[in-house]
Amino acid sequence: MYWNPNKECMSRDEMSALQGKRLHKIVKYVYHNVPFYRNKLQEMDLTPDDILTIEDIVKLPFTTKQDLRDNYPFGLQAAPQSEIIRIHASSGTTGNPTIVGYTRKDIGVWSECMARALTAYGVVRDDIFSVSYGYGLFTGGLGAHNGVEMVGAAVVPASTGNTEKHAKLIRDLGISGIACTPSYALYLAETMEQLGITRDQIRLRVGAFGAEPWTANMRREIEERLGLKGYNLYGLSEIMGPSVSYECQLQNGSHVNEDHFFPEIIDPVTLAPLPAGQSGELVFTTLTKEGMPLLRYRTRDLCSLMPGVCDCGRTSVRMTPITGRSDDMLIIRGINVFPSQVESVVLDMKEIAPRYLLVVDRVNNLDTLQVQVELRQEYFTATFDTPAAIDELSRRLALKLRSVLNIGVKVVLKAPNTIERSQGKSAHVIDNRNIQ
Amino acid sequence: MTIHQLSIFLENRSGTLIKVLDCLKKSNIQIIASAIADTAQYGILRIICSDPRRAYLELEEAGIAVALSDVFAIELENKPGQAADAIKTFSDAGISITYMYSFLYGHQGILVFRTDNTDEAREVILRNRLNSVTEKDLEQLG
Amino acid sequence: MMKNESAYFQPEIETLSVSAIRDLQLKGLREMLQRCMQSEFYRRRFREAGVSPEDIRSLDDLQRLPFTTKEDLRENYPFGLCCVPLQECVRLHSSSGTTGNPTVVLHTRRDLDDWATAVARCLWMVGSRPDDVFQNSAGYGMFTAGLGFQYGAEKVGMLTVPAAAGNTLRQIKFIKDFGTTVLHAIPSYASRIYEVMRQEGVDPVRDTRLRVLCIGAEPHSEEQRRRIEENLHVKAYNSYGISEMMGPGVAFECPEQNGLHIWEDYFIAEIIDPVTLQPVPDGEMGELVITTLKREAMPLVRYRTRDLTRFLPGDCPCGRHHRRLARLQGRSDDMIILKGVNIFPIQIEKILLSFPELGTDYLITLENKESNDTLTVDVELKELFTDDYSKLQSLEREITRRLRDEILVSPCVRIVPKGSLKVSDEKKAVRVKDLRKLY
Repeated sequence: MYWNPNKECMSRDEMSALQGKRLHKIVKYVYHNVPFYRNKLQEMDLTPDDILTIEDIVKLPFTTKQDLRDNYPFGLQAAPQSEIIRIHASSGTTGNPTIVGYTRKDIGVWSECMARALTAYGVVRDDIFSVSYGYGLFTGGLGAHNGVEMVGAAVVPASTGNTEKHAKLIRDLGISGIACTPSYALYLAETMEQLGITRDQIRLRVGAFGAEPWTANMRREIEERLGLKGYNLYGLSEIMGPSVSYECQLQNGSHVNEDHFFPEIIDPVTLAPLPAGQSGELVFTTLTKEGMPLLRYRTRDLCSLMPGVCDCGRTSVRMTPITGRSDDMLIIRGINVFPSQVESVVLDMKEIAPRYLLVVDRVNNLDTLQVQVELRQEYFTATFDTPAAIDELSRRLALKLRSVLNIGVKVVLKAPNTIERSQGKSAHVIDNRNIQ
Repeated sequence: MTIHQLSIFLENRSGTLIKVLDCLKKSNIQIIASAIADTAQYGILRIICSDPRRAYLELEEAGIAVALSDVFAIELENKPGQAADAIKTFSDAGISITYMYSFLYGHQGILVFRTDNTDEAREVILRNRLNSVTEKDLEQLG
Repeated sequence: MMKNESAYFQPEIETLSVSAIRDLQLKGLREMLQRCMQSEFYRRRFREAGVSPEDIRSLDDLQRLPFTTKEDLRENYPFGLCCVPLQECVRLHSSSGTTGNPTVVLHTRRDLDDWATAVARCLWMVGSRPDDVFQNSAGYGMFTAGLGFQYGAEKVGMLTVPAAAGNTLRQIKFIKDFGTTVLHAIPSYASRIYEVMRQEGVDPVRDTRLRVLCIGAEPHSEEQRRRIEENLHVKAYNSYGISEMMGPGVAFECPEQNGLHIWEDYFIAEIIDPVTLQPVPDGEMGELVITTLKREAMPLVRYRTRDLTRFLPGDCPCGRHHRRLARLQGRSDDMIILKGVNIFPIQIEKILLSFPELGTDYLITLENKESNDTLTVDVELKELFTDDYSKLQSLEREITRRLRDEILVSPCVRIVPKGSLKVSDEKKAVRVKDLRKLY
């Protein structure tokens, strides 16, 4: 079953021609509407007429998260504000998040990409489908939601939290599909077991799992405990949100919606393009986006593009699961966290030393983030020697961290000089989860 | 009218308490009274000792989070009801006690407490002729 | 799309004459009653009341129809009131129940479209246009104000920021950075935003472009509204919604700020005496009862909202003849509305009773502290089972977590010794103290 067989099963030649045509158009569009790109292209002595086929893409400059940060909030937006109907945000590397604006057409394209994924998973309009990604600025919730609505299944916008109620709804409503992070799926399975809800009482059939890396073992465990088939759903908000790529029934690599998002793999050090099959950093160019089109955006995700065509009938290129990152970003409960975000908050508070340690754990399938910081000796004074005062400081720091990271954080205040000074970046983080 | 108290920030893990006590032992400082306010994550150790200024410097030197603060210490007769009567005097004057602990020295009961209404507390002590312990008394105790 | 220069989102409907509205309502009512017959629930209800859709020949005949209540929704959980095949439904919202089953509200694609249109009308009515930036601080997901306002604002064509609930520092950052002009926030949260702006040195006039505030979901006084308007330098408009109908978009204030127009092409409103269940004389206070006219998936006949209000007499200068409801005046049951979330005391009791360490006495206190509505639960220990402070701390934390899961608001939980709450002495124990000044 395909949602849009014309595009999903297009011959390679037709697809390349379509991509070339769209690439030329998008380059022309950003050249005329985004000063940032116009300057970049001019510096490289390029005009839109130099980009005529998809092979010409290698001539184009890369775009990085830093570029998004430098142009916060709307600098890379190509469409006029009145055409933008929604924005989403993802984690930035410091206090400012990354902002992405969508036009009405963008939301339509996105919904279709998501509908293609859901159709590949076997979701139909008779299904009752619960979306348990966080709703709001995070693309997971509303992105999956709009796709389910397009397919015509009944959406249950469960969002995150209140898992007990969610588990009961799955049983009582006969919910047949769910979109969430894989770790949340395991947490849900556990909650069901605690509530005495058994596999034969539920009708879950399809799981759309993404927003964080997961292993083959986790997939087996989730499928076994929830009695469903779990499919990978990949996306990132800078490019669109969930459904940039998705697995089909064969569960062997994720099909990229490449008529909208053109993938490349590069060497993260030399930035040279790598041939199919070789592992490197994934780079996307949006071919149809109006709100905030991006040329050769470096995702920092490491994977490879698989050679050959899938037996499912889709001709689109497949990517392997993500094996890691080329930067120090962490994914905690599906939310991206950069240690530098924590640093920006810690440096702002005079009561604590400019040292910190992130400890990430997975307790009962839920990720936890602990931020350890040191009290400054000079602030531990006569007026500061009660638990009430110290807890107030912890609370204030936790609140600031939450406002920047958008996830709950446990703050642990340590005595002065007890956190080892970091050598290199990775020393800021202890990740006790075992997910690679 | 107040005396010095050491407050020490202790993480809840083994070895932190002994480090403090060792440091005081090496410096030949005698602990006269102590109390711990503990929470799930950490504790605040409060100490009345001989030569609190020197103790403070030694602990700070050893890299321990320590603060020197002023607390009231009043002498009470060693018999039932004394603490209640004393605290009532303060309470009636609208003074709230942040924390309190006590110890016996010889035949004396000594009540240590901290309040944010310092000036009012001084006045109550004077007006009611309560005996407050001085730093000098502590040196003798030590 | 042609550019709409009108003061109305749908002028042809919003400015209908009263008699045209009544004609539309009668036609809508008769069609809807036919659709109701698709459900076993309404067939039985109508049979018991000895009435059939054909008997309804005028709007006055409405009174022959039986009421529908929240209990009916609960008893017929989950799909008992659904009047279309389930595959026609594209959305399901559920609000947690007091005890027993939650309530489920279903929508077809057309229902969602009507909902978005209703909200778009409201937003347009208070001056929102496609070049505005709309920020929604309501909770998303099952909570209807999130997706409800999102769809409506997108329908208007505004740049919509789905900021979702909480994280006030971030809300303020977005208001500044995105140049937000229209904000949806419950009244207590709007005050909170102002409070935090002050602490952070943000001046609403100098640093923001806020112009319009949509406030609802929570009772508040006129004085509170004026204070919010003054502080944030905005015009604040009242919004009335109810999740069983759909959510926001049921009734909304127009620029006159004098009563909330209920969209009478979508709903028939009645005001009844909650005791005798008879209609009150026009203009008198009573319980609002709503009948849906267009809903496909889950039509509701004479649904008792439990909200107390009255009709405002006379015509509104704004040109809309859809009747106006006075500001909501409270509830005819013991439901608490805090931070826009509906809470029944029994939900809290149920959780507290599940802890063996706790006694049966508890006290719920609602207060407004630093512009922040708070809910405090004092609960007695059965006996002092430990002298370990950290154990009590973790018990408090666990109670807080369980309560938050149930009522969706973070309470402040205080464990107190046995006998310190003297609630059960009295005949009818006072277990809720509402210290907020709401009405």
